[in-house]
Formats: sequence, C-alpha cells, structure tokens
Amino acid sequence: MSGSGVNGKSDRLDVRKTYKMLIGGAFVRSESGRALDVNAPGGRWLGHVCRASRKDFRNAVVAARKAASGWANTTPYLKAQILYRAAEMLEGRASTFREVLQSIGLSPAAAKTEVAQAIDLLVYYAGWADKYLQVFGSVNPVSSPYFNFSVTEPMGVVAYVAGEKRPLLDLVSGIAPIVAGGNTVITLSTGRAAVAAMELGEVLATSDFPHGVINLLCGLREELVGQMATHMDVNALITQGADAKESAASREACALNLKRYFPREANGKGDEDPYRILDTVEIKTTWHPVGG
Amino acid sequence: MSSSLAVSTKLNLQAHPVDEVGIRERVARLATRSIKKASKVEGLKLALSMVDLTTLEGADTPGKVRQLCTKAIHLHSGRKDLPMVAAVCVYPTMVRIAREALQGTPIQVAAVATAFPSGMNPLAVKLEDTRYAVAEGAHEIDMVISRGDFLRGDYGRVANEIEQVKEACGKAHLKVILETGELGTLDRVRLASDIAMQSGADFIKTSTGKIQPAATPEVVLVMLQAISDFYRKTGKKIGMKPAGGIANAKAALNLLIMVREVLGPAWLTPFLFRIGASKLPNDMLMQLEKERTGVYQGLDYFSND
Repeated sequence: MSGSGVNGKSDRLDVRKTYKMLIGGAFVRSESGRALDVNAPGGRWLGHVCRASRKDFRNAVVAARKAASGWANTTPYLKAQILYRAAEMLEGRASTFREVLQSIGLSPAAAKTEVAQAIDLLVYYAGWADKYLQVFGSVNPVSSPYFNFSVTEPMGVVAYVAGEKRPLLDLVSGIAPIVAGGNTVITLSTGRAAVAAMELGEVLATSDFPHGVINLLCGLREELVGQMATHMDVNALITQGADAKESAASREACALNLKRYFPREANGKGDEDPYRILDTVEIKTTWHPVGG
Repeated sequence: MSSSLAVSTKLNLQAHPVDEVGIRERVARLATRSIKKASKVEGLKLALSMVDLTTLEGADTPGKVRQLCTKAIHLHSGRKDLPMVAAVCVYPTMVRIAREALQGTPIQVAAVATAFPSGMNPLAVKLEDTRYAVAEGAHEIDMVISRGDFLRGDYGRVANEIEQVKEACGKAHLKVILETGELGTLDRVRLASDIAMQSGADFIKTSTGKIQPAATPEVVLVMLQAISDFYRKTGKKIGMKPAGGIANAKAALNLLIMVREVLGPAWLTPFLFRIGASKLPNDMLMQLEKERTGVYQGLDYFSND
C-alpha cells in the first residue's frame, strides 16, 4: 500500500481511484450506496465498483432521453469527429487500459490487442457516422408523380448490456454503432468488466459527447435487465451473452412498447459491421409530389 | 374611486423575520418523507385535482387553448378513475374560448390580469384588464403585485392596488402573485404575503412562471406559515398556489406534505390549494400509470399539450 517517499521523506499512502458510474455527464456513485467487490481471477481483491440500482437506471434513462434530440440533430460530420476524438483519448490512455485489463486477468499480449482493437473500432465507426445514411437511405422508384425517398432516423434511447469476455471491447463494440446512428445509450457492465467500463467513462467524458449521450452503469445483470426490457422510455435493447431464459423474458417484455431486441452472441464476431448501425435506426419514407 | 396614493388604513404590518436556515432544514426534512404505493396513488390523484393547467405563451391560439381544455377534462385516455383538474389558467383574450370548451364541467377558468407578468402598467389599465377578464367569464383572476413599488418600500401603493383589483373582480376569486423570484429574500416574501392577505387576496401565489427561481419549497413554506398566522389572527382561510418550476410528481407530493404539516388537512382541497403547472400533470400521470401497470413510462405515450 505504501512506497518509499520522495526525497527520503516519510512513506505516503497510495491515492486509489474510486470507480464511479457516468450518468448525464456526471460521475456518480449508486444512489443506493451499494457496491460490489471486484476480484482478480486468482481471487485477489481489486477494489469496489458501484452496484447500480433500478433507480440509477431510471435516472440514466431520464438523462439519455434529455440528450436524445440534441444528439440526433447533431450533424453526422460532428458525430464522426467526436467518435474519432474518443479514439484519440483512448489512444492517449492506452497504457492505463493495458494495465487495467491485465489486472483483471488478461495476458499482456491479449490486453495490448484488445486496447488496440477498441481504438480501431472507434475510428471505424467514426468513419461510418457520416456515411451510413447514404448507404442505407435510398431514392425509390414509384409509378406516380412523386419523389419517394427513405432516410434513416435514430430510434432514441438504447439500453446495452455488455459481455464480460472482452472487458473493454464488448462495451466499445456496443456503444460505437449505437451512438454513430444518433441514439443515446445506457450501458450495463458486470463482473470484472465493470472496472474497464468505469475507466472508459473517463475517456468518453472527455471526448466532447454531450452529457447524457453515453451513460455507463455497472451492477448485476439479473437485477437490471428486466427494467431495461420493460421501461417504456427505452426504444431498443441489445444484450451480449443472454441465456435462453433471459432472452425469452426480454423478448416478451420488449413487446410492451415494441422495443427492438437483439440478443447477440458474445463471440466478438462482426464487431466491424455497418449493419450494426442499422440495428438501432429506423427507416422513414417520404412521398414528395413532383411535376405539375 | 379612491386615489392610488391613499395608503390603506387597514394595513397592519408587523415584522416577521424568517429564519432562513430553519426554513431550509425543515424543507429538507419534509422532503425525506417517502410516499409509496396506494398512498402515492391517492396523493397524486389529489394533486391532479388541484392543478391549474396553464398556458401563458405569446403563441397561444384558440386551438391550443381548446386542446388544453380537453386535457383538463380527460387527463389520460383509457382511465376513468382520474379527477379533472381544478382550473385552466389563460390570458384574458382566451377566457371566452376556455369557457366554451369547458362548458358543463366544474373546471374553473382563471385569467392572469393586471399587465401580467411584469405589472408595469398604470393602475387604470390594470383595473380595465381585470374587468375585461371578468366580463369575458373568468371565475378567477391571477394578478401580479407591482414588485417595483414593493421593493421601493411603497407598501401602501401595493396594498391599495390589490384592494382595487379585488373590487374590480366582483365575484371572481383573486389570486395575488408575489413573483417571489424578484423579491430576493424570504423576509420580503413573508411581508408581501402579509400585505396581499390583508388587502383581500383569496389566494396567494408564488410566481408568474416567467422568472426563475419560482416556487421553491422554501418560498412555499414561508407563504404557508404566513397563511397559518393570518388564519389564527383573523379566522380567514387564505388559499395557496405554488406555480412555476414544479417539475415532477415527487415535488407535487412534497407540496402536499408541506400543506398538511403547516396548515392541516383542511387545506388539502382545490378550494384552498392549487398547483400552477403545464408539464407537471404528465409526470404525475406517468407515475400513476407506473403504479397501475408496474412499468416505468415514457412521455411518448402521453398527450403533449
């Protein structure tokens, strides 16, 4: 806990970081005051992270909803810049993230690869942020004097439950396509991945995302997924690694307000895929009279 | 008509210094009360029945006012167990439209008058404003005090103005808006409350909704205490109307708690307590729907008027 002091003076105590969640641009503890232990794979205690309550989730929904229209109306160009900025920030803190990932059990090589992939993934979706609209939008042939076109629109507020296998990448691969599509997001990280997620909060908070666009929670999956699925102000739910029971329950609850529900395998396949953006955008078609 | 300079002889102003720290502590303690489940449902229904549903925009149109009136009658489709709101609050030129739209319902029509929201017009104009609103059919008049006169120390003029507006109201109920956000201190809030009550106010009201801060819990508590003292002295029950900045259901329930604690259950009626709001009812409806369905709600599913 202590190291030899500077200039031979008395030993000083380490100043350890309290990992806090990110809700509405603020770093907060759980309103419930609860915390969870995080242990290294060998069982060594690493520290505490927050255990988000259902109320924390609802607060995050309020923050995300408040930010939704502003972010949806931000130009695609600026969204791209901000996502790229997040990549820059993560690059600048790459060594910290490598250490964090190693502390929760990744090998040095695996940690290095995962951080690099996370940065590249942010750049990848930064690139798509001002291009997917052209690819997924269309001008449609119709046999009447109308100009008919389809454009994408963000769905609104998306809840995302990240897996634990790739503590950083599972989270980044979920967030990036959601926000690139103009949605705001509330994520849940569990277990050892929570440490990497809360560390990522500091990167995202300094990347020019408006407050509330990205909200990061950590806690227990079984406590919060049900709330995410039923909440009427959430427009889509994406999860990684849901078991059959959870996905059946979520699918049923999501029907309440016709949320989109995508349970994804946590195998890391398809991280780089523009169709991921399509998962949380809607296609709106307009008929516009032409000629006279 | 008496001269506007005549100082009211009835005015009996005693200093009631307000303990700001004490008020803040009491507010904080009352805010920790937790009202859940069935009590919450009853509390929210009561609060809804006390709402003065308000639209006071330069952009108000007859269509918008009619839409608001429809909301006042039918707060949420598919629910038969909800009360109607107490009143609809509009500008004088919209009174007739609101009266027509609310015909056959017990919902009152309140009009803001006396050069709302600033009050910066001559008394004659304010009185004419009031008479016009009453003639159009307003049941209630929400007047503003002249904050400039008050802050100058010309309490007599403020009192006199309220008396004359009260006279112009005839049978209509008079609510006196103190615009506490412009008064600065709780001491002045207390003084303005005393002046308004002694000059004939049926209700005292915190704010126009155009100035921030508006109905803070501190200000509401001070005004409730003033009402309580006035009742003890005179036996007259004056109503209270917080308005402006009451954002959510929890804040509304906290108001009910304060009224219950300071004035007692006799004041928990729309005849003596109102909440001025435009967006607040939807949050209360969301909470009520949550209690009914067990699921947290989104504004997409509530009418946006």
